[in-house]
Amino acid sequence: MNKCAERIYNGVIKENPTFVLMLGMCPTLAVTTSAINGLGMGLSTTVVLVMSNMLISMLRKIIPDRVRMPAFIVVVASFVTIVQFLVQGFLPSLYDALGIYIPLIVVNCIILGRAESYASKNPVLPSIFDGFGMGFGFTFGLTCIGIVREILGAGQIFGFQILPLAEDGKIGFTPISIFVQAPGAFFVLATLVAIMGIVRRRAAKKGRPLPAASGCLGGDCASCGNSVCSGRLAVKTEAKNDDEEEVS
Amino acid sequence: MQELLVIAVGSAIVNNVVLSQFLGLCPFLGVSKKVQTAAGMGTAVIFVITLSSLVTGLIYKYILVPLSFDYLQTIVFILVIAALVQFVEMVLKKMMPPLYNALGVYLPLITTNCAVLGVALKNVQNDYGILSGVVNGFATAVGFTIAIVIMAGIREKIQYNNVPAAFRGSAIVLVTAGLMAIAFYGFSGVI
Repeated sequence: MNKCAERIYNGVIKENPTFVLMLGMCPTLAVTTSAINGLGMGLSTTVVLVMSNMLISMLRKIIPDRVRMPAFIVVVASFVTIVQFLVQGFLPSLYDALGIYIPLIVVNCIILGRAESYASKNPVLPSIFDGFGMGFGFTFGLTCIGIVREILGAGQIFGFQILPLAEDGKIGFTPISIFVQAPGAFFVLATLVAIMGIVRRRAAKKGRPLPAASGCLGGDCASCGNSVCSGRLAVKTEAKNDDEEEVS
Repeated sequence: MQELLVIAVGSAIVNNVVLSQFLGLCPFLGVSKKVQTAAGMGTAVIFVITLSSLVTGLIYKYILVPLSFDYLQTIVFILVIAALVQFVEMVLKKMMPPLYNALGVYLPLITTNCAVLGVALKNVQNDYGILSGVVNGFATAVGFTIAIVIMAGIREKIQYNNVPAAFRGSAIVLVTAGLMAIAFYGFSGVI
């Protein structure tokens, strides 16, 4: 049970997918126009992550190594489809706000990355908790970014007006509406990356370096840790073909 | 014809795939260090997205809808795209080595690029036919190429600037992307 708590801590704090690993940047930028959207996206991703980690961990001895990528993709895509219909059915307003980004959870690096690096090598229970940890970490990250953007762009948190607006000649807050539009997402993320850069340097100086950013911000796609993000359906097969060519 | 033009301008410039929809952000940040590589990546993306919009459009219209399996679109599309990219890579390697040498390195980076799946899903969502879907895919990819080439041009100049230590690396690139997004935001009155 201790290991399970450790997985949660690992996902939320130590290897937080948004702040530390910088994974899944597409949804991070696209849906964080408000805190509630960020929370909704984070929870949808958590559900997919937990379910797919569970199933992949159960099937880890059955799935042949050579076809593991297509198998993982099918598992993840199935759960994404289920989540998509549940959100569409029960939370139609969230579905309208998130739109195309719900089916795009399939190509979120976090999910296939966890399947490849954790769930396919570990027993079911720790994998489930790993999914919860990573999912809550992602939800936490998205909600924080959403709150920052919502305060700056509308003076609200979760739709509640916390900064009185300047109207009718009263002194108040003038919303910087660019922050709830597309360009603001880039500025907020840039600031976050810069802050994390400083934190990273301080941590390294103290002798406790943070794990390297493994998403697209860590370097380029080619250096992406998991082969999924760089799009190899069958890594092993490819390598084998090359060997054969050399032999012949 | 006019309708197709509206779709093309809309997806290439007004709703730029990277700067206003945040799809394909990974290659946009990762492969934009030099103009030449950025142009190569852009060409590969144009090739793959146009082809994949055609294939996914055909599959959706002639296989999924008649069998009323359209709820399986996400699963089918992602597998088709992944298989397609690897197939294209193999075909290019055997049949057109010069083209493969030019684009080959970028192809594997594209498969799970969200832009490819995003375009396929958008085509379905907006009820585009095969032709409008292909035009939309091509235009989206052209928009991606425009954005990544401009970004690479700016990044080549940034090297000579004195950037604050904390913002060196990807942070300044993101600030640049934000400024580009503001510029592209100005196009929103066009359509």
